[in-house]
Amino acid sequence: MKSVEIVAKSKEEAVELALKELQVDENNVKVEVLEETSKKGLLGFLNVNKVKVRVTVKEDIAQQAGRLLREILVNMGVLAQVEIFKRPGEVILNVNGENLGKLIGRHGQTLNALQYLVNLAIRRVNEEPGRVIIDVAGYRKRREENLKRLALSAAERVKKRGRKEILNPMSPTERRIIHLTLQNNKEVMTYSEGEDPYRRVIISPKN
Amino acid sequence: MKELVELLTKSLVAHPDDVYVRKEESADSILLEITVHKDDLGQIIGKRGRVIKAIRTLVWACAPADKKVLVELAE
Repeated sequence: MKSVEIVAKSKEEAVELALKELQVDENNVKVEVLEETSKKGLLGFLNVNKVKVRVTVKEDIAQQAGRLLREILVNMGVLAQVEIFKRPGEVILNVNGENLGKLIGRHGQTLNALQYLVNLAIRRVNEEPGRVIIDVAGYRKRREENLKRLALSAAERVKKRGRKEILNPMSPTERRIIHLTLQNNKEVMTYSEGEDPYRRVIISPKN
Repeated sequence: MKELVELLTKSLVAHPDDVYVRKEESADSILLEITVHKDDLGQIIGKRGRVIKAIRTLVWACAPADKKVLVELAE
């Protein structure tokens, strides 16, 4: 994190100098007073004040999450680039590089563990919650498209046969994609049964 | 791997300065034992062990193929 230490005659002056040097405004920094000395001058009116402050630029959730993810990847021995996208209430981190299969894992379980831990770490230091979504080499995007296709074709079968269909166990995020895909379907309705991690979506004919 | 466990643990606890990871390596296995401040034990275990499981999953993803890697929490 970027920070500067400045000594000046007053706290206000020191902070002002620091903001100028960092080229940011007051709302985006943290100010710590490191040292404060005041000497009474001769006859009590020649005061010599010295204040040392440290001013640190605050990172937003996207920057924090990006930095943490990059650090984790380095420690895992993964060479990759991290792209950061911001959406309202959401940060998306796209990881791109070669040989990223081990970062995804079976059924995306390594990727899910990574996303879970990054979210926990970010939530610990931020009051306002923001969801961090991590994708590796477009895995989630492809998975989302596959799930949508699966939902539509299952709905088609349910409609034709008039019988409900039980899908394979899925994670909450994956089930959500199925529900959302079919929420406006006039022929079928969806609900879930069972307990995680074996909770399944059921598609059944309406009425 | 030791550094990875340290980084993950430190980023999840209220007392990062009290995090310590001990590594014990033998011919066919590596043990990584995490010590945290006692108030942070729950944080690192998580509901039904979800957090420690996620840490293990990440460690195993980059573990050498010829060694068994154990990640344990010191009581």
